[in-house]
Amino acid sequence: MSSKEERASTVSALAALVSGARAAGEPSRLLNAIPYARMLGLRAELADGALIVCMPRSEHLVGNPVLPALHGGTVGALLESAAILELLWQKDSESVPKTITLTVDFLRSARLQDSFARAVITKHGRRVANVQVRAYQDNPDKPIATANAHFLLRGSSSE
Amino acid sequence: MISPHMREIGLRFTDISDGTVVGELPYRLDLVGDPISGVLHGGVVTTLLDSTAGAAVLSRLGTPMPIATLDLRIDYLRPSTPRKTLRAKVECFKLTHHVAFTRGVAYNDDESDPVASVTGTFMLRTQSIRLPKGESSEGEGG
Repeated sequence: MSSKEERASTVSALAALVSGARAAGEPSRLLNAIPYARMLGLRAELADGALIVCMPRSEHLVGNPVLPALHGGTVGALLESAAILELLWQKDSESVPKTITLTVDFLRSARLQDSFARAVITKHGRRVANVQVRAYQDNPDKPIATANAHFLLRGSSSE
Repeated sequence: MISPHMREIGLRFTDISDGTVVGELPYRLDLVGDPISGVLHGGVVTTLLDSTAGAAVLSRLGTPMPIATLDLRIDYLRPSTPRKTLRAKVECFKLTHHVAFTRGVAYNDDESDPVASVTGTFMLRTQSIRLPKGESSEGEGG
C-alpha cells in the first residue's frame, strides 16, 4: 500500500471504531483498543451525556506503598486518556489526537481506590484543541489532580 | 525506590548520581497507546518522567524523606520510536526547604534528539503533614 492508501485505511478504521462505539453507546470500546489503557483497567461510561473514565482500584497502580497512594504517572495517564477519549467521542477526528503539551497538577494524595476523570474541550480549532480534565475519587468537588493539555488534531508534527 | 507500578511496566534506574538520574523502560506491546503505529502511550512517558524526576530529587536530598509530585509539564517534541527502549534523564537543579525543582528529557538512543521535555516540582517532607478528620495527607500527589 502507498502511504496515502495506508492513511486512508487507517482513517476509515478509526472512523468505523468511533461510530460503532457511539451507535452502541459504549465508549469503553475505544479504550479496549488501546493496550496501555487495558493494562490500567480503564473503562468509560456515559452519565447524563457526560463521558466519565474510570480507573478501578488495583494494587499494581501503586506508586507509594507506605501511604499507599497511586503512582502519579497512572493518574496522569487517566487524565490524558480521558482528554483523548473526549475528543474522539465528541468530534469526528481523522486520526488519534497527538499530545503536544500536558500539564498535570497533583492536588491531593490519590488513595488506593477507584479514580474517575471528566474532560472538557475548552477550544477545538482546526489544528489544535485545548482540553481541561479533572480527576477525583469519592467526591467530584475534591479533585485529586487536574490537567490542561493541547492536542494536534491532524497529521503528525513531522508533517 | 521501585514502586509496584514501576515494576509492573518494567521501569528501572540505570544511573543515579548526585541530583541526576537516568531511567530506562524497555519497549513492550502492552505499553502501546496507538496500536496502528505502535507508539508508546503518553501515560507511560508520564510515568517514566515522574518516577525519574522523583528519584533525581531523592538522590540530591541524600537523606530519605517522603516527597510528592506537585506538578509536571511535559512537552512532546516527537513520537517515541516503536520497538526501542525509552530513556529519561532528569536533573534536580534546585532544592528549597519545602520544594524541589527538576528538568529533563525522554529519548530513545540519543539524548540530543528528545521525545519529550519535562519540568516538574515536588513537595518535600510530605508525610508528616496531617489533616484532621482522618484524611491521609495534604498536597500529596504520586
